[in-house]
Amino acid sequence: MTEPILKVDDLSVRIAGLHILQGVSFTVAPTGVTALLGRNGVGKTTTLRAIVGLTPRGGEVSGSASFGTVDTLRTPTHRLVRAGLGYVPEDRCVFAGLTVAENLRLAERPGAAPAYDRVFALFPELAKRAKQRAGTLSGGQQQMLAIGRVLLADNTLLLVDEPTKGLAPKVVTEVAEALEAVAEEVPVLLVEQNLAVVRRLARDAVVLAAGKVAWTGAASRLLGEPELTKALLGVGSAGVHA
Amino acid sequence: MSTFILLTLTGLGLAALYFLVASGLSLVFGLADVLNFAHGLFLSVGAYATWWAAGHLPGAGPTGFGFVLAAAFGVVAGAAVAALVELVLIRPLYSRTIEQVLVTVGLSLAGVALLQATWGADPRPFPRPEWTRGVTGIGGANIPNASLLLVLAAAAVLTLLLLFLRFTRVGLVIRAGVENREMVTALGIDVRKAFTLVFAIGGAAAALAGALGGVYLGSVSPAQGGSLLIFAFIVVVIGGMGSVVGSAYAAVAVGLLQQFVNYYGTAGLGDICVVALLAIVLLVRPQGIAGRAVTA
Amino acid sequence: MTQAVSAEAPPAATPPELAPPRRRLAAFAPLVVLVVAVLLPYSTLPLPGLFDGALNKPGNLQILAVCLVFGGLAASYDLLFGRTGLLSFGHALYFAAGVYGTDVLVTHAGFPLWQAAVFAVVGSTILAALLGAIALRTAGIAFAMVTLAFAQVGAILVARDFGGLTGGEEGLPLASDGLPDFLLGVANTVNLYWLALAYLAVVVLVVSRVAASPTGRVLAGLRDDERRVGVLGLDPYRYKLVAFTLAGGLAALGGVVYLLVVGGASPHVTSSELTLSLLVMVVLGGPGTRWGPVLGGILYMYLDHRLTSLSADLPGPLGQPLFVLGAIFILAVYFFPGGLASLRTRIAPLRAALKRSPTS
Ligand SMILES: Nc1ncnc2c1ncn2[C@@H]1O[C@H](COP(=O)(O)OP(=O)(O)OP(=O)(O)O)[C@@H](O)[C@H]1O
Ligand SMILES: [Mg+2]
Repeated sequence: MTEPILKVDDLSVRIAGLHILQGVSFTVAPTGVTALLGRNGVGKTTTLRAIVGLTPRGGEVSGSASFGTVDTLRTPTHRLVRAGLGYVPEDRCVFAGLTVAENLRLAERPGAAPAYDRVFALFPELAKRAKQRAGTLSGGQQQMLAIGRVLLADNTLLLVDEPTKGLAPKVVTEVAEALEAVAEEVPVLLVEQNLAVVRRLARDAVVLAAGKVAWTGAASRLLGEPELTKALLGVGSAGVHA
Repeated sequence: MSTFILLTLTGLGLAALYFLVASGLSLVFGLADVLNFAHGLFLSVGAYATWWAAGHLPGAGPTGFGFVLAAAFGVVAGAAVAALVELVLIRPLYSRTIEQVLVTVGLSLAGVALLQATWGADPRPFPRPEWTRGVTGIGGANIPNASLLLVLAAAAVLTLLLLFLRFTRVGLVIRAGVENREMVTALGIDVRKAFTLVFAIGGAAAALAGALGGVYLGSVSPAQGGSLLIFAFIVVVIGGMGSVVGSAYAAVAVGLLQQFVNYYGTAGLGDICVVALLAIVLLVRPQGIAGRAVTA
Repeated sequence: MTQAVSAEAPPAATPPELAPPRRRLAAFAPLVVLVVAVLLPYSTLPLPGLFDGALNKPGNLQILAVCLVFGGLAASYDLLFGRTGLLSFGHALYFAAGVYGTDVLVTHAGFPLWQAAVFAVVGSTILAALLGAIALRTAGIAFAMVTLAFAQVGAILVARDFGGLTGGEEGLPLASDGLPDFLLGVANTVNLYWLALAYLAVVVLVVSRVAASPTGRVLAGLRDDERRVGVLGLDPYRYKLVAFTLAGGLAALGGVVYLLVVGGASPHVTSSELTLSLLVMVVLGGPGTRWGPVLGGILYMYLDHRLTSLSADLPGPLGQPLFVLGAIFILAVYFFPGGLASLRTRIAPLRAALKRSPTS
């Protein structure tokens, strides 16, 4: 057994008086993709944001999350990121008013040469559209930019939140392929609703329900048993296109 | 025709003053979410520091290059005070917006009182360099040189600010931060360093407004900053918070409107029209002329 | 399920006869204070250091009356800031509308006082509703700026003296013809004192009744988290407008009383500094509490007066009341966030723990 790259222990989050997470514990393996699953609104995004220190104002976080030797809950976000924790947020969050090139330039980290080759090899589209304002990109292109800017630096773990949300089937496949390539180098904690994408990428799975971890194990087992899938995620295992 | 030119150029002079105060306010608000009531204090600091330097600083004086030096001293003082305020008073209250406003309110009250205690409540005559006392004939109108100086200075500041925002890395961070501050930190950038810088830039611009406004009015008094601040707030809201270009447009609109209505209508009516303009902009376009939503 | 226990129990929840004896006594405390305040003018007690001469000297009664008016005014401002979470920088406008509205109607139009007061208060309330309807289209910081701008119009109108109505910088002394006899003359200062006390009592009563009503709970919800109220299907805009209008009306009423107490209108009541000092009063006293803003208002006005008369003796910036008050305010924001009222709530959990009954 190798040491996990991320260990979340008894993580609780309260926002505006609501207990959203109540003692969530799980680990992320140092290689491959770990999927974080659960029904809509169960707190997957909240979990990722708590780990990177972006809980909304007035939210209270307790518990611990260790990333290597770093306690992420007590370290400012920008330090975590510089320590190699890349975060690709839900809904892309590219800077709409800046150009693609500026969005990428912003993500360069001081003291390390930016790996533009890697990004452009994966997403050639970004090189072509360098001067375009990010707000005018299509949803898929914005997602590529959101992933691409994180890949400019060397990370030791990526947190990726619903990268295929709202994308056309063909683009879902493109994004999934890109993530597959990324996951060969870096471990990924992936939040994803599209079970076909999960089946294709994930080795481990963690399922949240009612503010707690309801199930952990091999992703193939979860998706291989329709009963289990239905009970935990409320859907059949038949995902579309990956 | 000459009246029209005169009113336009003096209106632009007023607009220049508003822009110098509003641009900093707007950036500080857009980036750091801080409504800075003490911004008027930075203006007063700039005015008093210039006035003091013209009399006491070796090499500085009331006219010519001496005055440039005195004004530079004022600008540096304004920037330094603003940076200090951010570091000491604002930073510990990061993300507690209301408390930050309260602290700047307290600071504006205490700061003005401090100036009053030191130099008295009455206006002091301000050094006016030779050239600024004259007029320049443009299209048959005699334009006070002090107005022209304000317009030139504001244009220079606008150009420098835009170049800075466009071509430097910190400028990039500021533009991105105005859009989405969280995401900037999520890219590994300590956005708070940019806060201090934006405060300092805003303080410098306001201090310049103080120095040149002193030349324009011919005197300096502790409460000057506060009364200008309210119109600067209006400019910021109309222009859209966080937008330097929006502030520039809004400042021109407000300055011209005020000058023309005050001349052709009753004195004071122009000020009221400005507030009416604000109400209309809010009803039609709550997010201001340029950019980011003001609501929520 | 555990329920969070709020520091202040809802006052109407337990009927007095069921409450433990200590609580019942505490419920009477405001009444006792009120009686003492009513009887105060009969005291010839000298309070050296606090007041010059006997307490019931007309000069002292007038100072006290001004303090009481500001206690009520601060409580009306707290309806916005502390109870609803609205940071308005234009509350002075409605106060000034009450002051100048009444003064102009009495002095220039020759209205009897009561009619003038009713017109001024109703007019100011309508004004608050109209301007609130516009300003509340924005939120947070923008709302603060917009209310500030609207109030500035009031200041300009008064300062420019359109049509010679307001007297500009000089102010407008209240003509005494329209006034009833019992409000005239130095000997009747005591009646003004009682009037101010009545105003304060009315504001406290209205604000605490509103706060305890279902509307008040929605307002508290807006303050804590507007999204939750929106989720319940209630329209936040309407509730905020109700609070804004009510607070404006109460401020205008305070303006009427203030006008009578000081015998005229002066332009400083329109200034943004007045609103800023209301904010200082509320924060120093304790926002969102029944007595905090009142205490804050009374204490602030008293200190302001006292520091001004002491200023000759104090060196440098300490001689400036605003410097001292501004500095105290900044320190309070950092080190004393709940204001004076938090003194009690900071002790309350301790007391509650000591006498908690075994059944709970
Ligand atoms: N700022 C907030 N204020 C109040 N409630 C919030 C806030 N953020 C999240 N929540 C609530 O917390 C719960 C979890 O939200 P979260 O976004 O983490 O869910 P999710 O699992 O990512 O859902 P989805 O699959 O739809 O993205 C939801 O019920 C949401 O309404
Ligand atoms: Mg989510």
